[in-house]
Amino acid sequence: MNPQLTQDGRLRHLLTLDGLPRATLMEILDTAESFMDVGEREVKKVPLLRGKSIFNLFFEPSTRTRTTFEIAAKRLSADVVNLNIATSSQTKGEAILDTVDNLAAMHADMFIVRHSQSGAAHFIARHVAPHISVVNAGDGRHAHPTQGLLDMFTIRRFKGAFHNLTVGIVGDVLHSRVARSQIHALTTLGVPEVRVIAPKTLLPAGVEQMGVKVFHNLDAGLAGCDVVIMLRLQNERMKGARLPSAQEYFKFFGLTSEKLALAKPDAIVMHPGPMNRGVEIDSEVADGPQSVILPQVTYGIAVRMAVMALLAGGTAA
Amino acid sequence: MHASLPEVDSLIARLADAIAPILTPATAIVGIHTGGVWVAERLHALLQCALPLGTLDISFYRDDFSRIGLHPQVKPSNLPFDLEGRAILLVDDVLHTGRTVRAAMNELFDYGRPASIRLAVLVDRGGHELPIRPDFAGITLAVPGHQNINLSRLDDGHLTLSLA
Repeated sequence: MNPQLTQDGRLRHLLTLDGLPRATLMEILDTAESFMDVGEREVKKVPLLRGKSIFNLFFEPSTRTRTTFEIAAKRLSADVVNLNIATSSQTKGEAILDTVDNLAAMHADMFIVRHSQSGAAHFIARHVAPHISVVNAGDGRHAHPTQGLLDMFTIRRFKGAFHNLTVGIVGDVLHSRVARSQIHALTTLGVPEVRVIAPKTLLPAGVEQMGVKVFHNLDAGLAGCDVVIMLRLQNERMKGARLPSAQEYFKFFGLTSEKLALAKPDAIVMHPGPMNRGVEIDSEVADGPQSVILPQVTYGIAVRMAVMALLAGGTAA
Repeated sequence: MHASLPEVDSLIARLADAIAPILTPATAIVGIHTGGVWVAERLHALLQCALPLGTLDISFYRDDFSRIGLHPQVKPSNLPFDLEGRAILLVDDVLHTGRTVRAAMNELFDYGRPASIRLAVLVDRGGHELPIRPDFAGITLAVPGHQNINLSRLDDGHLTLSLA
């Protein structure tokens, strides 16, 4: 049984997009669509989560994700507490659960968790009381489900549907929890061709088994793409030299206007941020007419509102 | 009871006659999803007015959210006018407990500060739980608490009331 779903199929936690049914993904995207206009109104709030306490539990630094979770929670009228917990690699599981127990004693209703260790959010979800929901805001190399969902929302907004698309994911797939969440979502939503385009050293072993086509050449991989998703080169997660240099990487896998011209003329360019300009993407593309990188950020708020509203609703007995 | 349910068209015509005298250039008509939107569209057409017509989905304002969760199909609210200073005519199909109208008023105020809000309903079926009464009602019925009165729209656009 999927630990993210209740017995009657409602969302209980959001930990990974792996194994979530298509109907659940579509429900989240549709709900996000209905939250889109809240940001345009005189009062940018709806009262759905009034009286709920949401704790942003960030064991790893983040600006964009933490901020958009905070804005989303506030637009739902929840009370938000931000905790940036510096951790060392020595942090023990017990210490995390102590933190969680203390916050639960302060009547927390939801934890938004980011951690450098894969599985941290699952670990907390298994531990918390039944009325508390956990949202994974990124765990190690494993998953970043709300980023995956906002990327799907962005694709649907610009392309209208999933069933006729070719989507290319370019760059550091090996270290990317975002790429894993995107691949699970894209295949579940019925995208017929999902490509990963990267040097061999930046692809996990057995990536083909996730239902993707592998390209080691950027030109070949971009040909015919409707959507180009650039990944950040994760310098901070690199152990040992996997690449000769950033300049060398840009030469072969950096997205420039000339390279982008190989994709379909109406292709959109996405990036989960923060960007390394001049490493994986050229500024001319990042700021160009095909870039939807800033809309991704805006849509992230509506998508996170949808996730929190679906988790918090219907929980009182 | 079932046999005596009135024709919707005649109720809407009666409502339109009652509403016509209070319309001003500052009026805007707002229907509550889903039945209230159908009634509001009909009224708007009958009144032959150039007044703006808006729709409201009150799902995010319901007071039973923590018990039953989000409605599976939330439609976007669409108020294509500035609410500031408007005389709002709020339209719903059936007035029962009044909780939907309360939620709708809360939502309206998140868009701005209207000059006034009046309520028009096709059927006031009784069973109010809040101090909310219609300014205009097509008909007032005493429907027992265990029964529901529903407005539905047929494929040809015809509106009918049914009791279940």
